Amino acid sequence: MQEPAITEDLIASHGFTPDEYAEVKNILGREPNYTEMGIFSAMWNEHCSYKSSKKWLRTLPTEGPQVICGPGENAGIVDIGDGQAVVFKMESHNHPSYIEPYQGAATGVGGILRDVFTMGARPIASMNALSFGEPSHHKTTQLVNGVVEGVGGYGNCFGVPCVGGEVRFHPAYNGNCLVNAFAAGLADADKIFYSAASGVGMPVVYLGAKTGRDGVGGATMASAEFDDTIEEKRPTVQVGDPFTEKRLMEATLELMATGAVISIQDMGAAGLTCSAVEMGDKGGLGVKLNLEDVPQREENMTAYEMMLSESQERMLMVLKPELEEEARAVFVKWDLDFAIVGETIEEDRFLIMHNGEMKADLPLSKLSSTAPEYDRPWVETPAAEAMDDVPEIDAIDALRALISSPNYAGKQWVYEQYDTSVMGDSVQTPGLGAGVIRVHGTDKLLAFTSDVTPRYVKANPVEGGKQAVAEAFRNLCSVGAKPLATTDNMNFGNPEKPEIMGQFVGAIKGIGAAVSALDMPIVSGNVSLYNETDGQAILPTPTIGAVGLIDHADDLIAGEVRDGHVAIVIGASQHEVGSHLGQSALLAEVFNREDGDAPAVDLDAELKAGLFIRENREMIRACSDLSDGGLALAAFEMAETAGVGVSLDPTTTAELYGEDQGRYLVACNFDQAEALFIAAGQAGVPVASVGSFGGDSVTMGGNSADLAELSAIYRTGFADAVA
Amino acid sequence: MKAAVIVFPGSNCDRDLKVALEAQGMDVTMVWHKDTTLPDGLDFVGIPGGFSFGDYLRCGAIAAQSPICRSVVDFANKGGYVFGVCNGFQILTETGLLPGALLRNAGLKYICKTVGLKVETADSAFTSEWAKGDVINVPIAHHDGNYNADADTLARLKAEDRIAFTYTDNPNGAADDIAGILSENRRVLGMMPHPERASDEGHGSVEGAPMFKGLAGLFETA
Repeated sequence: MQEPAITEDLIASHGFTPDEYAEVKNILGREPNYTEMGIFSAMWNEHCSYKSSKKWLRTLPTEGPQVICGPGENAGIVDIGDGQAVVFKMESHNHPSYIEPYQGAATGVGGILRDVFTMGARPIASMNALSFGEPSHHKTTQLVNGVVEGVGGYGNCFGVPCVGGEVRFHPAYNGNCLVNAFAAGLADADKIFYSAASGVGMPVVYLGAKTGRDGVGGATMASAEFDDTIEEKRPTVQVGDPFTEKRLMEATLELMATGAVISIQDMGAAGLTCSAVEMGDKGGLGVKLNLEDVPQREENMTAYEMMLSESQERMLMVLKPELEEEARAVFVKWDLDFAIVGETIEEDRFLIMHNGEMKADLPLSKLSSTAPEYDRPWVETPAAEAMDDVPEIDAIDALRALISSPNYAGKQWVYEQYDTSVMGDSVQTPGLGAGVIRVHGTDKLLAFTSDVTPRYVKANPVEGGKQAVAEAFRNLCSVGAKPLATTDNMNFGNPEKPEIMGQFVGAIKGIGAAVSALDMPIVSGNVSLYNETDGQAILPTPTIGAVGLIDHADDLIAGEVRDGHVAIVIGASQHEVGSHLGQSALLAEVFNREDGDAPAVDLDAELKAGLFIRENREMIRACSDLSDGGLALAAFEMAETAGVGVSLDPTTTAELYGEDQGRYLVACNFDQAEALFIAAGQAGVPVASVGSFGGDSVTMGGNSADLAELSAIYRTGFADAVA
Repeated sequence: MKAAVIVFPGSNCDRDLKVALEAQGMDVTMVWHKDTTLPDGLDFVGIPGGFSFGDYLRCGAIAAQSPICRSVVDFANKGGYVFGVCNGFQILTETGLLPGALLRNAGLKYICKTVGLKVETADSAFTSEWAKGDVINVPIAHHDGNYNADADTLARLKAEDRIAFTYTDNPNGAADDIAGILSENRRVLGMMPHPERASDEGHGSVEGAPMFKGLAGLFETA
């Protein structure tokens, strides 16, 4: 087959800048051929190379005694004691989901699950953080339905419980939705598998589904802005098959148990190219592939297409040759392909043969190690002006406005489409705060949460970055978990714009400060840039996924609000329960304003308050952190979940709806309230009595409404707006 | 008591069912779908939930054709106890061991939530621990749980007291609110809800456990 000639258009369509292309020629000492250019483009695009973000990602704290493996592998690994480890990561699938919502979201889930089981861990929990445009935008309903069905369709069939996530709406996502998928798995700490190849002449084995033409160029597509040609990009979206993924997971875990695996890597972005280069590069080896041996489901595929295909549910492995038969038998059992497609070689070469013809001959180590790295110019986000002109508003009217908005209404419509109880270890399913999963066969629990407040990050990237981590920290503490570690999914606009790059840099600084102070190092992550359409960027959205450990099931704060419980705020004093209305949910939803500064985060105070909650969990019957919508919304949500009314004493809008950080609302028995106050005094943690739970109405700010009436609004608000 | 749980490549509640059975002291063997025979001396076969073969076509249709299912049908026809949950129920209807079919949910969406179930008969090994009319709360998790059968079959199921459970608030459009049914000899039960997900303190509910307790008890005294 005749390969296209290398023209300037072809170079540009592969996403190379003139300088980058010159560097390719410099490395090779010649012009690349078509296949080689495809391979370089796959390795050097933003999605795979992190060329704009690397410099800043390096500044993040990634170490701690609990960390077994930090960023750089398929997922991060954290020690949870007893020789066990939790393996987790969050990853975006934004661009594909906007183009083809069902498959884009489905394969996003598939990709993150593969990242986890590639390391030898059985997935035990998933979450997804979704951001959509305004509900009235013509694409929003279709995207919400498609994405939620895609997430469910894949995860439900695969059989991993969804334990949490976020769904938000904002006009800034009209042209780019965000689909951030999180997965966590459980592994034995001494049976973890990595990607670095070792040994010369070892067979390179292709596992899983066959290769088709789907997803060719997907990673390059995801490294550019959208414009009105977006529909033409549909063929770059992959198609998922969760049934095959489930078999691939079972087969891979069985294969690992045979001892036949030297190293293994899933085929994600840029498929065969990225996985082979990664294994060779990390092992200091070259790789030779014979493409005619690659299982194919379409005819006459070219070397270029096979190297760039992003067909799903595939793995690449370096095999111990003496165990080939045992390994093959596992894949025959599960009716999956098992094909030796190449070998490791001593020379630093990436050799691609197809039907006896050499299609590419590249210096392998240069493909990733010399990938471009940019120190993009950035400008600091201008300081937001403080604001204090929010009019007093009827507290119940404000509550009605918040809970009827799809941003703050109950998300049952979403999570009832996800299997939340498969695997039989779900202790706390989505709804409020962190999701909790029992570590199978033990008394330990793992807690999971996903958080970010993009409005804050836009107004103040540093404080907003801190806040995302702090909220995750609080959500974990609220169920009694000790926060362990974090994965970050950085979603931003075009990094070539200094103000966007400034948002990124600021958020990284804030996140870094917070994970350091709160001892929850970053162990994995993903960067998605160029989330822009026609020059309009999304809100900066650094989604934080975090995992915490509860040593014994008895230590769980289960969230049982009862009639007669006292409502107490931990982390705020009686004379100022709340004050900060800048960038609040109230401003955005009720006054249609997004002004003021983000609330400041006092990391020392966060640490202290979180520790206090955990240490006094025996006195705490239920706990929720205060975030969007402040005290009023948290109190309502706790009351609504329990089906018990609530009455709050504070009266001002700032006290009820302020979004000051570092606060928790706890419910405790009347006869333990005093002890809790004394303990707070001794710990030096501010505390305030704010009311009580009970009855069947919600009373705040001098007004009152039936809980049943508000509950009906809360439970239908989401579907009414977008379903 | 000796039990087997059938494992299809896309089963994903196989472990859950095993755990629930073992909690009642049963000796559980996992049986691969490509096997042709069941273990000797078996008292009970469980067909778990999941997506047996991906369920891209009619749910359970391909699984019903697998080698092991012929043995399961034989086992049932000889009076063996068989329980199919969720996808397992779909498979049982596809094998013909139970009448009717499970259609797509009336709302067309997958639904996972805890629902109320009314025990319609205590006259079976599966439901003997309850009294008729008891209401239990058990999770559902399915896309195709809308039970349907022709009017004659529905009338017969009712007349023969073979409706094991009905929904208190029908989530999927099932005819006569049917959540689970029994075979003629009352030894085969298919149901959409997952009692195995409500059978241990960690689940926050043990309201499904009596089913497995009843079964285990039957064989203890036998």
